[in-house]
Amino acid sequence: MASGYAVRPNRYYDSVFLMGVNQRLARLPGVGQTAVLMASERNKELLAEIGIEGDEVRAAGPNDLLVAVIADSPAIVEAALAGLDDALQTLQAGTALSDLHTFEDGLRAEPGANLAVLTIPGGYVYREALLALEAGLNVFIFSSNVPVEDELRLKQHARERNLLVMGPDCGTSILNGVGLGFANAVRRGTIGAIGPSGTGLQEFTCQIHNAGLGISHAIGTGSHDLADEIGAITSLMALEKLEADPRTDVIAVIAKPAGPTTRTRLVERLQACKKPVVACVIGPSGPRQAGSEISWANTIDAAAEAAIRLSGKRTAPTAGPDGLQTVGPIRAAWAPQQRYVRGLFAGGTLCYQSQQILIDAGLEVHSNAPLDPAGRVDPFHAARGHTLIDMGDEVFTLGRLHPMIDGSLRRERIVRESVDPSVAILLLDFILGRNASPTPVGDVLEAVVEGQELRSKTAGRLAVIASICGTEEDPQDLGHQLELLRQAGVLVFHSNARATSFCLELLKADGGDSHGPAAR
Amino acid sequence: MDLKEKIERANEEATRRLTSGAPALVDIAPAGEVIPGLQGKAITHSGPPIEWQRMCGAQQGALIGMVLYEGWAETPEAARAMLDRGEVRLEPNHPHQAVGPMAGTISPSAPVWVVENRTFRNRAFCRQIEGRQQFGEYSREALEGLRRWRDLWAPTLREGLRVIGGLDLNPILAQALQMGDELHNRNSASSSLFASQMAVAMIQAGIPQERALPTMRYLAGHNLLFLGLAMASGKATADPARDVEYSSIVTAMCRNGTEFGIQVSGLGDAWFTAPAPTVEGLYLPGYSAVDAGLDMGDSAITETVGWGAFTLGGAPGILPLVGGTFDEALRLTREMRKITTAVHPTYRLPALGFEGTSVGIDIRKVVQLNLAPVIDTAIAHRQAGHPIIGAGLTRAPLECFVKALRAFGEKYKSREPSIPVG
Amino acid sequence: MDQRPDDVLDQPLVVINLGLKGFAESLEQQGVEVVQVDWIPPAGGDAEMLDLLDELL
Repeated sequence: MASGYAVRPNRYYDSVFLMGVNQRLARLPGVGQTAVLMASERNKELLAEIGIEGDEVRAAGPNDLLVAVIADSPAIVEAALAGLDDALQTLQAGTALSDLHTFEDGLRAEPGANLAVLTIPGGYVYREALLALEAGLNVFIFSSNVPVEDELRLKQHARERNLLVMGPDCGTSILNGVGLGFANAVRRGTIGAIGPSGTGLQEFTCQIHNAGLGISHAIGTGSHDLADEIGAITSLMALEKLEADPRTDVIAVIAKPAGPTTRTRLVERLQACKKPVVACVIGPSGPRQAGSEISWANTIDAAAEAAIRLSGKRTAPTAGPDGLQTVGPIRAAWAPQQRYVRGLFAGGTLCYQSQQILIDAGLEVHSNAPLDPAGRVDPFHAARGHTLIDMGDEVFTLGRLHPMIDGSLRRERIVRESVDPSVAILLLDFILGRNASPTPVGDVLEAVVEGQELRSKTAGRLAVIASICGTEEDPQDLGHQLELLRQAGVLVFHSNARATSFCLELLKADGGDSHGPAAR
Repeated sequence: MDLKEKIERANEEATRRLTSGAPALVDIAPAGEVIPGLQGKAITHSGPPIEWQRMCGAQQGALIGMVLYEGWAETPEAARAMLDRGEVRLEPNHPHQAVGPMAGTISPSAPVWVVENRTFRNRAFCRQIEGRQQFGEYSREALEGLRRWRDLWAPTLREGLRVIGGLDLNPILAQALQMGDELHNRNSASSSLFASQMAVAMIQAGIPQERALPTMRYLAGHNLLFLGLAMASGKATADPARDVEYSSIVTAMCRNGTEFGIQVSGLGDAWFTAPAPTVEGLYLPGYSAVDAGLDMGDSAITETVGWGAFTLGGAPGILPLVGGTFDEALRLTREMRKITTAVHPTYRLPALGFEGTSVGIDIRKVVQLNLAPVIDTAIAHRQAGHPIIGAGLTRAPLECFVKALRAFGEKYKSREPSIPVG
Repeated sequence: MDQRPDDVLDQPLVVINLGLKGFAESLEQQGVEVVQVDWIPPAGGDAEMLDLLDELL
């Protein structure tokens, strides 16, 4: 194994361009791992974790390009790095660059703008977002790694101006029927949603659409909005707006647990809301308020059902089999040592929800993004027991696209878990919608098939269970994605909760010891 | 008024001065007669201050040539020895209100253009433009052009100039920009306009043919002649913009082949330097990039006032010389808008829809946008003893502007009250 | 807090996209007026210069 790196000073490229370069270098035979990134402090730290450091790396700054290669031999490392400038040139030539490089350039070109969308490194977000707010724009911040003090100041500024800061680390919003970030094509309707979780909003809005109803607005608040340091500033503003919005009849909040002070304030505010409210808290939740005006739900599905009920509208019959008739045959095909579920998730909140469902049923669950700190595992170590991995975690996305767009890491992992003889169930999620991969199932299907084939050479059979988040309006052709999964023998559910509950059905002992309330 | 407002106000004032220039050629005189401080064994040179030992090969060659030209030494070796012993006082041009192309060497007997900015009554000086000695050649033949200028062409032009009482240069500058000159490496139109005016002047002065004819031949055959006048005009225009307290506008950009230096209005006479950059360009037959010296000359005074590469989009004729496409040239010109403060009311570019040239380089914007001024320039050899070898494009080093901004912050932030603003 | 007539939920979105081009393209596909800014860090990302510029520019 050999490694090497190159620095190209004063060249800033956006992350998608860098992916393209990365892919080109990674394709060379003998190349094990590559990273093509801007030399921000954070990226340098992450590179050091995989053994790439040195004087030049230390001296490099955020406007310098860093390219690292780990390969079978020094000769291959050299060859890969030698191809770098060529890769930069070729790809650059194909990209028509706009002449606009700053927010001011953008504002000059579009003086009537009312929204700025930011996908820039977190350290710069404060300045740019502040410029936008001062110019009277609302802001959608997809970027993560924004210091919490910056987030607070931005949201305070925004509140003074009656502007929305959706983010940081906001994956999804749907405003006036327009999807921002990762969003599904859902019809307009009267149900409004607010939440810090992108995939939470995605699943919720899809379920509403698939039940025949529609969404007025889905307002992402950024993952940190409900922490006590922020105090739900955006969530509370969003609530006000939806309360005042004539289109909206019902408001659903889809969240993970809030900080204690914030929770109290939020619950008070929800209690006082003039419109019916659904509060969905995924994960460990505290005691419910008594005599509540709020409809509480602990899964996205329950939230959708409550919202539909409160809207008083008629719905389409819910599609999807419960699959219970397959439980027996699946269990029968298992070898004795097959006992565990391994989940590989693109949606962080879905990973979280699945954990909650399994833990509530008495299972001991490990994760790299655990509900219970005691359940934390290093995702790079071999998994033991029931393990659900959030593949969108930062350690995986270093220099790579998110698993909702790029399936390569999930593919590797699928094969690895498939050949672990203790694994009985592989649990996956597929998320359709704008900005997601055009081929979410295709991205990992080969690996699923390969995994099953490898498994079939040994005793037992792997059950592959999946949830799919999408609508028939989404660009990826929902029907086609379902068909691909069916052909591969994957059992598909239209929600993460139902897919996970089905896993519980499979794991239920008939006096067996494959699970039981584990000591926690 | 808070700090930002003070800076904005100051920049408006500095830029107003830059757009009010009214340069006029008032004399052509030996440098020792008109440049303050250039008497005795003294030679001024281009770029920021630098010691003889650290000068690049071409600049040393040019100085050797100048020592020989003044007759202070008989041979190149003796001239070099004299310079090694520190017997010649060497100073940069700019503090003497002077500018010089490439090595930029000006010695007491060398006639210089004398340009007065009628608006502010200040004067600036520039030496002649030629293609050999200022590039580092010091052979007898290379110095011949300097001698002819001193002994024949300059005095003859001076006579003509006296008779017409001086020559306003704004009409030539404005017209030439509209005719595709950029006034740094393309001066064909301006030189031509100047030549015809001086032809009239010399005839009016009744100068006998044996002097008038060779002088006219010199004018007619020299399509970079006007660069010297453009540089002096640029200097005469920029100098009044110096020393405006709180202003972050650039008043000088120059290079000596070793270092690039800038000066900033609100920072007085301080120099902010960085290693001189390489020039990306095209080479004359027999030469290539391995032979090239680094960026050199005070001619970046043209870019400082918004000409030169800042008008590249209006001077496509220069592209075969410096390289690049028309689209790139247009793009560069638009880019320079982003780091400047105002547009000039008089100097306009037809290729850009008659927009005015970009004036008032603001160090804050250069640093914020990471966008340095672009410069087009001739290229000298690394070593002494060669004429011009090529031409191309380069950028001022960002480091100069970073240093300047740091110094600007130190000077002006400390003046602000330390009461926190709520 | 009153809802002003120009509230973000009431009006068509007009967007400035800083960063990934794909996000701008996705908005264009939805018929939204959007301008793409190929964003570059100010001051080359130099923290000292950024702080200085906050006070001077």
